Amino acid sequence: MIKAVLVMNTQGKPRLAKFYEFQPVEQQQEAIRNVFSVLCTRPEHVSNFVDAESFFGPDSRLVYKHFATLYFVFIFDSSENELAMLDLIQVFVETLDKCFRNVCELDIVFNYSKMHTILDEIILGGQVLETSSTEVMRAIEEIARLDAASNAINLVPKSVSGWRSR
Amino acid sequence: MAGSSIMENLFQHSLEDLIKAMRLQLIGETTFISKAVEEIRREIKSTDQQTKSTALQKLSYLSAVHGVDMSWASFQVVEVMSSSKFAHKRIGYHAASQSFNDDTPVLLLITNQLRKDLSSTNEFEVSLALNLLSQIATLDLARDLTPEVFKLLSTTKVFVRKKAIAVVLRVFDKYPDAVRVCFKRLVENLESSEPLVVTAVIGVFCELAAKDPRSYLPLAPEFYRILVDSKNNWVLIKVLKVFAKLAPLEHRLGKRIVEPVCDHIRRSGAKSLVFECVRTVLTSLSDYESAVKLAVEKVRELLVDQDPNLRYLGLQALSVAAPKHLWAVLENKEAVVKSLSDDDLNIRIESLRLLMAMVSESHVADISRVLLNYALKSDPGFCNEILDSILRTCSRNFYEIVVDFDWYVSLLGEMATIPNCQKGEEIETQLVDIGMRVKDARMELVRVGRDLLIDPALLGNVHLHRILCAAAWVAGEYVEVASNPFELMDALLQPRTSLLPPSIRAVYINSVLKILIFCLDCYLLQSDGSGSLYSVNLEGGQSELFSAKNDTEATELATCGGLNYEQDVGFNPRNTADYSGDLSVENGIDRAATHGKTFTSTLLAKKNFMHESIVSLLNRIELIFGPLITNQDVEVLERSQNILSLVQLIKEEIIDNSVLSVDTIEKKDTRVSAIINFMRDAFTTELGPVSVSAQGRVAVPDALVLKENLDELQAICGDTELPSSSSFATGGPHCTTTSDASSSNLLKNEESGPLNESTSLIEHRKRHGLYYLPSEKSEIFPDEYPRANDPKSNSNINDEAAELVKLTEQSLLLKKRTTQTKPRPVVVKLDDGDLTPISVKRPEPRDDSLSGAIKDVLLGSETGPSVSRSYPSGKSSRKQKEKKKLSTNDRSEMKENAVDSEKPDLESPNSSSKNHGHSKERKHRGKEKIVESEDHDHNEKKKSGHRHGRRKTHQRAKSPLNVASQTPVIPDFLL
Repeated sequence: MIKAVLVMNTQGKPRLAKFYEFQPVEQQQEAIRNVFSVLCTRPEHVSNFVDAESFFGPDSRLVYKHFATLYFVFIFDSSENELAMLDLIQVFVETLDKCFRNVCELDIVFNYSKMHTILDEIILGGQVLETSSTEVMRAIEEIARLDAASNAINLVPKSVSGWRSR
Repeated sequence: MAGSSIMENLFQHSLEDLIKAMRLQLIGETTFISKAVEEIRREIKSTDQQTKSTALQKLSYLSAVHGVDMSWASFQVVEVMSSSKFAHKRIGYHAASQSFNDDTPVLLLITNQLRKDLSSTNEFEVSLALNLLSQIATLDLARDLTPEVFKLLSTTKVFVRKKAIAVVLRVFDKYPDAVRVCFKRLVENLESSEPLVVTAVIGVFCELAAKDPRSYLPLAPEFYRILVDSKNNWVLIKVLKVFAKLAPLEHRLGKRIVEPVCDHIRRSGAKSLVFECVRTVLTSLSDYESAVKLAVEKVRELLVDQDPNLRYLGLQALSVAAPKHLWAVLENKEAVVKSLSDDDLNIRIESLRLLMAMVSESHVADISRVLLNYALKSDPGFCNEILDSILRTCSRNFYEIVVDFDWYVSLLGEMATIPNCQKGEEIETQLVDIGMRVKDARMELVRVGRDLLIDPALLGNVHLHRILCAAAWVAGEYVEVASNPFELMDALLQPRTSLLPPSIRAVYINSVLKILIFCLDCYLLQSDGSGSLYSVNLEGGQSELFSAKNDTEATELATCGGLNYEQDVGFNPRNTADYSGDLSVENGIDRAATHGKTFTSTLLAKKNFMHESIVSLLNRIELIFGPLITNQDVEVLERSQNILSLVQLIKEEIIDNSVLSVDTIEKKDTRVSAIINFMRDAFTTELGPVSVSAQGRVAVPDALVLKENLDELQAICGDTELPSSSSFATGGPHCTTTSDASSSNLLKNEESGPLNESTSLIEHRKRHGLYYLPSEKSEIFPDEYPRANDPKSNSNINDEAAELVKLTEQSLLLKKRTTQTKPRPVVVKLDDGDLTPISVKRPEPRDDSLSGAIKDVLLGSETGPSVSRSYPSGKSSRKQKEKKKLSTNDRSEMKENAVDSEKPDLESPNSSSKNHGHSKERKHRGKEKIVESEDHDHNEKKKSGHRHGRRKTHQRAKSPLNVASQTPVIPDFLL
């Protein structure tokens, strides 16, 4: 299963961190720092794997992909195929690209909630459930519509609307 | 109230505002965050849902990205989760998945909310609840919500069903009894026509099978169908993972799947799938020659691919194959060796591992040599990787691969001189360990130790201190085989030793004591039995000759500080301990022959222990240890104090004696002689390796209470620092205070040291500019092994690569060692299968405590009547299911037993926990089944497994109640 998904920029600032096994926040931050300390030393055009057993315990693997100013990192165990995980990063990024039209770091910075929604459609409890970015987008749009619907009344706060409807 | 709520709402910072403000903040991130959290704490208490949820959203953002603690807000999370608005609910659920864990107290409050949302008509609400459940489900939650999840397993909405399936994994994990309820429906989903559902189910089975494969053998036909029919690479990869676990348990299964797997290798264009097939073949189907050949062929393609990822995975696949199919590695050795100079660290490390897997005792020396040259040229990280793998490989299983210990010891010495070496601790343990275990290696060990000790440059390198510690200990312990104890003494007394940490200095001081005792002992005995010098044999004559030769070379022969390596029994008492009985001429010659040149050089350096040299030695010790009695470290202080007292005691009498010139008879009776004899005896006992379990064999005295609480002791000891880490077993104690030897002392030592030195040494030092560095080193000890930093070894990589290829070739031919000149020395091992004191880092075995529980549940549903207690649904239906399940298991097990009678009865240990009546009933049914199943076997043999599978599906569709009894078809399939 997948243990964690991290997105961080090339300065080591975390942009998204999702751990599928509970970890206290300090450990999460520690893990992010550790991963970055390795990633930033890796030159371009080398393999996308990093030995992760030292930070995530035995039977941990790590693949990452470097896009512009961002690192996308997946940590998983031997039940996943390394190359398939690389493909999954691609799916994730493609979906983001569809969602934000030419995704850039700023989109990710400001759309924290949407990022998680997308990720939750692809992976649930560490299991890969959806690998088609079109399908993911369909769900995301539906969720956005629901969100908007439930917030529509909210343009006028509840207390006011209650008063008005009287 | 309403007014304030509007105000809050209008003026509240949204998450976006927060992020923007954080990007512009000038007050520092931590301050900004703590201010923001303060604000959130206020807002989250609001009665307005909008304000509250926005505050929570901000908090969960800060928690996820900036590591802010949000456990304090767990109650508010529950509040927001239960909001009727989807947007709020989403925020609440996200915050819960972010922050809840098994210890969160409010978990008890969310059961009903989750139940409500799981049963919602809005699939997105269901999805939120499932998502949360997949991450935070506890035993209670899993138990209470199993019915809801069970319902969702057969919902028509694929969007929800796939998520429910994934959640089952967590539910099973936390509440194994749920298996009884959900397992059948889970299996049914394997047949779904929805690819997404199949992906989800197979993913779950892949996880389950990883923990306990045996229980899922009955499902092999289903998996096989997927393996053959599926076109989805994700599904195929997962199914291969399942088979990789199942195949080793059942060889007939391997026979069936090997063809389809090879088909995939041949046909598939997806690298991920091909690689998974290759890995499956190499791990689980390694007995099928043709499949392995095909896989290795594919690996070769990967190894030469442009993509570094594929190269890396190719190497990994090879290391999987290495234990069983070394030929696969050897066939690809060019690629492997080439990878050693790849840009990518991962690839280099992988190829290093493979190289070490190829090593055999016939060419371990050559490969280590080439690797050491690589180490010199590579970056510190990889350099240490190389050293580590050499050290680990060579020390494996009591150095079984090492034949020539002289070579290995000098290799260790060489490693120490590599500038980036950080393996000090490991080298230290090995040096000491070899000293204790391998008697024949001691002479070389002392020589290597001397080379290390004598180099003042090494003292400045922190990473080498541990090695120096070992060298010092070896030099002291085995001084009797040293070529020149005076030289060792010089090395141990050099001023730069003040750079060492006190714990290691203490070892140095102790070694000085040992060497001093040895020298004095020799001196006394020599002057003592001067007559015996003339009773000498051929060997002695030879040595006379050499010393005469030396006379002509150096004028100051008297103080040159050579050791008269005397063969006489009386002369060298510590040799007596080693070689019991008479150390006669033959013995001496034997040794000379064994140690070849080294020994001859010992003879060359042969000198008498002259009175002056002893006196000057005593003077120097006094001078150098004098300042140490003010050292802050107790260990250093005490040891130097001891040694100083001894020196003072001895010096008086020796100087007295000198007045009486060479009056040997009188000397014999002196107090000194007695003291030295005592001291020598104290050091004579040889130290050996200690078994790890040794402590356990010591009986605990009756009066000793070991479980006493020692907390008070801590209070008493107060701030006393604990010893940092244990160094070697026989070494001195370890205290950690900084050395306080002042620079003025140092200077004084440097200036006054030489004055007390014998003149030859002064001249010697003048010549070399360095302290205590003899240049004859290379003449006296012809160095058979090229130095690590030999410029000539820095030839280009290609040459080395070619050389390495050539070397590995040797193992292919399995060439016998022909050049071996001497037999492998005895390595002392302790009987009771003890572990080596060397800490070989091996990967920890994986923890699979869970597997037992799951196996119990899956194989023997008979484990617990406990199911019923907590399960809320109708009793009768549950019982029915349980029975069905039982019959499934019975049949499959019975069949397995029928097929393979040697298999231990898996049920028997479980059945005892079952209630009595039930077990009887089951037994009865079991018997019936045996007969039935045999019939079944006969019938089925005629049918192909595939057809059978189809028939079964058909039946299942018709009457779901029958399904269970039809499930255990594997045995037929397997035949």
